[in-house]
Amino acid sequence: MHVPDGFIDAPVSAAAGVVAAGAVAVSLRGARRELDERTAPLAGLVAAFIFAVQMLNFPVAAGTSGHLLGGALAAILVGPYTGVLCISVVLLMQGILFADGGLTALGVNITVMGVTTTVVSYALFRGLATVLPRTRRSTTAAAFVAALISVPAAACVFTLIYWIGGTTDIPIGKVLTAMVGVHILIGIGEAVITGLTVGAVIAVRPDLVHGARGLTSPLKLRIGGELVDAPARRSVAPAAARSTRGLWATGLVTALVLAGFVSFYASANPDGLEKVAADKGIDKRVEEHAAKDSPLADYGVKDISDERLSGGLAGVIGVGATIVVGSGVFWAVRRRRTPDAAADIRTKEAV
Amino acid sequence: MSKPTAPAPSLEVSGLAYAYPDGHQALFGVNLTVARGERVALLGPNGAGKTTLVLHLNGILDAGAGTVRVAGLPVEKHNLAEIRRRVGIVFQDPDDQLFMPTVREDVAFGPAASGLRGAELEERVTEALRQVGMEEYANRPPHHLSFGQRRRVAVATVLAMRPEILVLDEPSSNLDPASRRELADILRSLDVTVLMVTHDLPYALELCPRAVILSEGAIAADNRTQDLLCDEELMRAHRLELPFGFDPRSVTMGV
Amino acid sequence: MGAGHAHKLYRHVHSPVHDLPPHCKLTAVFSFVLVVVLTPREAVWAFALYAVLLAGVAAVARIPAAFLLKRLLIEVPFVAFAVLMPFVVPGEQTELLGVSVSVPGLWGAWNVLAKGTLGVAASVILASTTELRSLLLGLQRLKLPPMLVQIASFMIRYGDVITGEMRRMSIARRSRGFEARGVRQWGVLAKSAGALFIRSYERGERVHLAMVSRGYAGSMPVIDEVTASRTQWAHASALPVLALVICLLGWTV
Repeated sequence: MHVPDGFIDAPVSAAAGVVAAGAVAVSLRGARRELDERTAPLAGLVAAFIFAVQMLNFPVAAGTSGHLLGGALAAILVGPYTGVLCISVVLLMQGILFADGGLTALGVNITVMGVTTTVVSYALFRGLATVLPRTRRSTTAAAFVAALISVPAAACVFTLIYWIGGTTDIPIGKVLTAMVGVHILIGIGEAVITGLTVGAVIAVRPDLVHGARGLTSPLKLRIGGELVDAPARRSVAPAAARSTRGLWATGLVTALVLAGFVSFYASANPDGLEKVAADKGIDKRVEEHAAKDSPLADYGVKDISDERLSGGLAGVIGVGATIVVGSGVFWAVRRRRTPDAAADIRTKEAV
Repeated sequence: MSKPTAPAPSLEVSGLAYAYPDGHQALFGVNLTVARGERVALLGPNGAGKTTLVLHLNGILDAGAGTVRVAGLPVEKHNLAEIRRRVGIVFQDPDDQLFMPTVREDVAFGPAASGLRGAELEERVTEALRQVGMEEYANRPPHHLSFGQRRRVAVATVLAMRPEILVLDEPSSNLDPASRRELADILRSLDVTVLMVTHDLPYALELCPRAVILSEGAIAADNRTQDLLCDEELMRAHRLELPFGFDPRSVTMGV
Repeated sequence: MGAGHAHKLYRHVHSPVHDLPPHCKLTAVFSFVLVVVLTPREAVWAFALYAVLLAGVAAVARIPAAFLLKRLLIEVPFVAFAVLMPFVVPGEQTELLGVSVSVPGLWGAWNVLAKGTLGVAASVILASTTELRSLLLGLQRLKLPPMLVQIASFMIRYGDVITGEMRRMSIARRSRGFEARGVRQWGVLAKSAGALFIRSYERGERVHLAMVSRGYAGSMPVIDEVTASRTQWAHASALPVLALVICLLGWTV
């Protein structure tokens, strides 16, 4: 999905660049919190890991193979901020060194493959992790779902960008069908590998999975040969905490799922208003086509299918937008929570 | 500790105890004094707490109980920068130690972090690389060097800080015999206090006149290296084994 | 990838292009690509001139044409996309080799191919004339946030180490008769990825320890400064400035 130069027009590329720069700036600040002063070496190693993992081809079907994008994996393992940084650095180096992805399209690439995948997957992951029972298996399952959605979500964001600033006027429905279709397949592979990888890491070093903090059992301290309970350093998933944040997390996830299902369902039928518009010949695009194209009958058929697709597009963009907005909310709330995390933990201990 | 010590020993550890946050207690009151200019081998089975002890020497781990002093200066939060300049730790895997893109920058990292710049910095780097015989590799990336060369550069990165005491974690591991000997020559030529953590008993005997055994988180023995290695019962008690065919009695030490 | 591959990208010869300071080259390439992207696609001759310009730079940099062309292969997935364009884009139809294709689609394909290829070629020339280390210094000089530069430099430093570990794990897998043939093997691959992550992370911690032991307190000490003279800037700017002239002509003619 590395977008080359000249694919997206200049203003939109620039706008995506601004979005990407903003996201990186936010992440730079957030990453310090996730990894304290170890940020640079650890994020660098994780970036190298993502680089390496992208070389890990997994066979999909007869002769073809896909490779991991790694956004979801990075977000779940080291947290969303560090994840964004790692993927951005990987993309930057790929662009400069391997000419993989255009330099002017760097903003688009970071926005699509770095920011979207990490933010969407992390929001989903946290949401699911809060709702599901706190076991290793459900963490793995949450990672699976998060990765599964993150890839088509990135495809949606790409389509959205293409829709606004694509240099060629391909019917957006076709772009979307192609992009989302292909990326749902890739997403399945990504999801399986991500879920299993997270599962494998949790089995050995649960403390290393950023998204699974709080799964560890209480610690013991040996003083003079006797085992004494150590004061809990991290919150150990108290039920009280679950009920406080569980409520809105459940709400968010339900909203996301509903938004997804409803708009997918809606997309099966052409949107009412649009249909009317087309019938009455108000639809500008149809008008254009009618004026331009010679074999009318032929295009009539095409238009209907286009229309269906554009209905589908609206739905899926809706899902994408919902997910992005939802995760934005999630993010904002999480950020507000973080400063008083220490106080939070103390309260939980008191309970 | 029956060893006579100089007025300000390079290293003074007393009553050091430490438990990891996960509850595993690694050190149970370590007492160790290393005089200036001494070369001491720290021996002990796996899991004896050797690495944990090393990480206390420059304040990466905070003592649970007891104190560590380096050349008279206690290891405490407010003087960590000075402590880390004085204690040079060479880690076991040179790939962990060499993190900069070129050898020169890697050697310069420590002195530059303590504020050196320009010609003075350059001089430090050249001097340290010369001490380990790696001057001509200054501009090479570390990952293009052989393992033995990387270990030597790792020693140089620490020497560039002009440490009071050089702490080596398994310096001879993974080295071929020639690199092993070259490193020994380098270490012998240095005029610096050395604490060498090792499983390589012949190497300890070759380089360090004195040895201590760390076992179950405390110093179990402290003596001339040769005497320790010849004490079969003591060696067995602490899971230390000499390589096949090696007889420490037959070695005559220069010192 | 990582350094192991990266130094294969770099061509170790001496040329005026190699000697230019990295931040000048980065700026020049970026401006060049920007100008190319801004050129109207109807000005076909302008793209031909751009290609000539790049060929000139490649010649000065002593990059053999075969090397450059081979590296252009990275673009192939998008070529496939571009080839599809004339068939899926609606609009005026025309006959090409007996097949009906759309005119806007052809323009679109041309646009993506021409601009994409020029962009890739410019990046290839940059990567083959600039060492990784200086690229990082250049990025630093261009005020990329120091944290990102640090992350990138760690990534490059450890890219080899980690891909090496991955290769060893793959050899170990295959030595025990494992061959990734289909979906059923995903689990094993994922376990490898998990193990690789743990190794990477633990190495990160050890590297951090080694850094702290040598006085690291959160920021990298400045060891090298790259500087550029006015002449060097002038040389580097030749490419984008000429391109800009062509671009302006493209808009006016």
